[in-house]
Amino acid sequence: MAEANAYAALTKAFSGLGVDENLFISTLGKWNRHQRQSYRASTPGFFKEDERQFQRWNDQHILQLRQEFLRLKDAVLLYTMHPWERDARVFKEALLLKVPRHDVLIEAACTRSSEDLLGARKAYHSLFDHSIEEDIAFNIQTPERKLLVALVSSYRYEGPRVNDDLAKSEAKVFVNALKDGKKNLIEDEEIVRILSTRSKLHLKAIYSHYKEITGKFLDEDLDGDLTLKQVVQCLCVPQAYFSQILIASLKLDVDESAKDSVTRVIVTRADDDDMKLIKEEFKSKYGTTLTAKIEEVANGSYKDFLLTIIAKSD
Amino acid sequence: MATLIFPQEFSPINDAEAIRKACKGFGTDEKALIAILGHRNATQRKMIRKTYEEMYKEDLVKRLESELSGHFEKAVYRWMLDPEERDAVLLHVAIKEKPIPDYTSIIELSCIYSPQELLVVKRAYQARYKRSVEEDLAQHSIGELRKLLVSVVGIYRYDGDEIDARLAKSEADIICNAIKSKEFNHEEIVRIITTRSKTQLRATLNHYKDDHGSSLTKHLRDDGEKAANAFLGALRTTIRCIANDPQTYYEKVIRRALMKSGKDEDSVTRVIVSRAENDLEVIKELYYKRNSVSLDHAVSKNTSGDYKAFLLTLLGNQN
Repeated sequence: MAEANAYAALTKAFSGLGVDENLFISTLGKWNRHQRQSYRASTPGFFKEDERQFQRWNDQHILQLRQEFLRLKDAVLLYTMHPWERDARVFKEALLLKVPRHDVLIEAACTRSSEDLLGARKAYHSLFDHSIEEDIAFNIQTPERKLLVALVSSYRYEGPRVNDDLAKSEAKVFVNALKDGKKNLIEDEEIVRILSTRSKLHLKAIYSHYKEITGKFLDEDLDGDLTLKQVVQCLCVPQAYFSQILIASLKLDVDESAKDSVTRVIVTRADDDDMKLIKEEFKSKYGTTLTAKIEEVANGSYKDFLLTIIAKSD
Repeated sequence: MATLIFPQEFSPINDAEAIRKACKGFGTDEKALIAILGHRNATQRKMIRKTYEEMYKEDLVKRLESELSGHFEKAVYRWMLDPEERDAVLLHVAIKEKPIPDYTSIIELSCIYSPQELLVVKRAYQARYKRSVEEDLAQHSIGELRKLLVSVVGIYRYDGDEIDARLAKSEADIICNAIKSKEFNHEEIVRIITTRSKTQLRATLNHYKDDHGSSLTKHLRDDGEKAANAFLGALRTTIRCIANDPQTYYEKVIRRALMKSGKDEDSVTRVIVSRAENDLEVIKELYYKRNSVSLDHAVSKNTSGDYKAFLLTLLGNQN
C-alpha cells in the first residue's frame, strides 16, 4: 500500500512541467536495485517489457524528461535577461522553427510597449546582425507576412488622446468587412492599416464601439480568422489572451510548444500590473486560481520558481 | 562641415530686444532679422525664443509668422523650430499634401537619417500631433504607395557593415526577374528595398548594375497612370536615398530645384535650412564639382529679395 503511494508519487514527479528534484533525493535515491525493479514493473505507462527480457523506458518519455529537467534553466535565464534581449531571442526562436510560430511573433509584437518593442528590435540587431523585419519578410512567405512585418515595425503613440469619431468609423470598417463575409481579411489593406498603426487606446475604443454596434465582441466574431483574432486580442484584451494560453497549457498531456508557453507567458508578464490583471482574469473566467493550476501541473524547483514570480504581484 | 557662421558669445536679451525693435511699428526690418537669426545656431535660437517669450509674453515664432510672408517666411519659420520639431512639421505637411503625400520629403527624411535620428523625429511628431507618424501616413495614402511609405518610415534597419555577397547576388536576381515580368509593385522588390540594411542593399544594387548593365532606377520606369507613377517614383527615390550618401543626394535635390523653370523653392529651403548646421559645406563642394558654378551663385541667380539674402547668409556669406 505504501509502495503504491510511493510509486504514484514518483510517477507524478516524472510528469507534468518540471521535475520534483526533492522527491528523487528523498525517495528514489534510497531505493535499492530490487525496489527500482519493482517500480519499473508497476509502471507500464513508462516502461514496456522488451522481447529481450528487460523493462525498457519509453524513448519519447526520456526525450521529454530531458526537456523537463531543463525547464527551470530556461525559465531562470529568460527571467534574468534584459527584456529586450529576451524578446529578441523569443522572436528568433519563433522564426527558426521549420514552421515559424506566427502566434509567438504576434504575441511579442503586440503586447509590449512601444519602447520595449523598439528595444527588442535593437537587441535583435546586436544579437543576430539583421533586423527582425528583414528576417520575418524573408522567412515567411504566406499571406500573413505583410501583417506580421507591419506589426513588428510599429511604434505606436502611447499618449491619452483618442479621436472617438475616428474610432467609431474605423469600428465600422470591421463591422462591414465581417458582415460582407469578406475573404482573406488578413490581406485587407484597411484592416492591416488600422491594426498595425493605431494606438492601443484607439484600438480599445474601436473594440468597444464594435460591441456597441453589433452586440458582440470583435475577437469572438473573428473565429474565422485565427490570426486576426489573436492580433485583436493581444492589442485590445491581452489579459484574456494570456489567460487563455495558460489554461490551455497548464495540463498534463500537452505538447512541448504549449509547455514552453507557460514559461514564456509567466516570465515575460511577471512585472508591472500585467500579472495582477492576468491572475484576476484567470480566476473570474476559469473559476480557479493560476496558483492552484500551477500547483496541480508543475513540479519541484520549476514550480516553486513560477509560484514565486507570480506571487510578486500580490 | 557646417556653413553657418555664428558668434561664440551672444546675449539672448539683446537679440530679443533687437528682434522686437525690428518687428515693431509698420513694416518689418527684415535685414536686421536676417543679420541676427541668420547667425545663430540651434541652441542659441532656442534661447532667444525662450527669452523673447519671457520678455514679451508672446511666441516669437508666431510673431515672425505674422510679420513675414512668402518663401522668406517659410524659411525663417523652419529655421526657428527645433530640428526635430521642424522635421516633424515637415513630415506632417508632406503627409497632408493633396492629392497624394509629398513622398519625396518623407522618404528622404526616413532614409537619410540614421535610425536614432529618425526615432527622435518620430517622438517629436507624437508629442506635437498626439498620433504616430505611421498612423497619419497610412491614413493619408492608399495602395502600393501606402505600403511602401509606411514600410520605409517604420522599419528599423540594421546598421551594420556586413555584406552577404551570396544574398546580394540572389536578391539582385529576384529584382531582375520581377522587373522582367513587368510587375513593378512586386512584393519582393519592396521587401528587399525596405527591409535590408543599407550596406547590404548597396551591394545588391551594385550586383544589379554589374549583371544587368544599368542601374536599377533606370529600369524602374513605366508609362502608366499617375498612381503607378507615384509608386515607381517613390521606389526610385528610396533607392537613390539609400544608394547615395546624404550629401550627394542633397546636391542632386538642390541642383534640380534650382534648375526647374518653375523653381522649387520648398526644396531649396529644405536643403539649406536643414543642412546649414550639418554638412552644407560638403554639399557646396559637391555642387561646384558637378556644375562648375558655386551654389551661392546659383542661389543668387534663382532667388530674390529677403529670401535670397537669408539663404545666402545661411550659406556662409558675410555681407
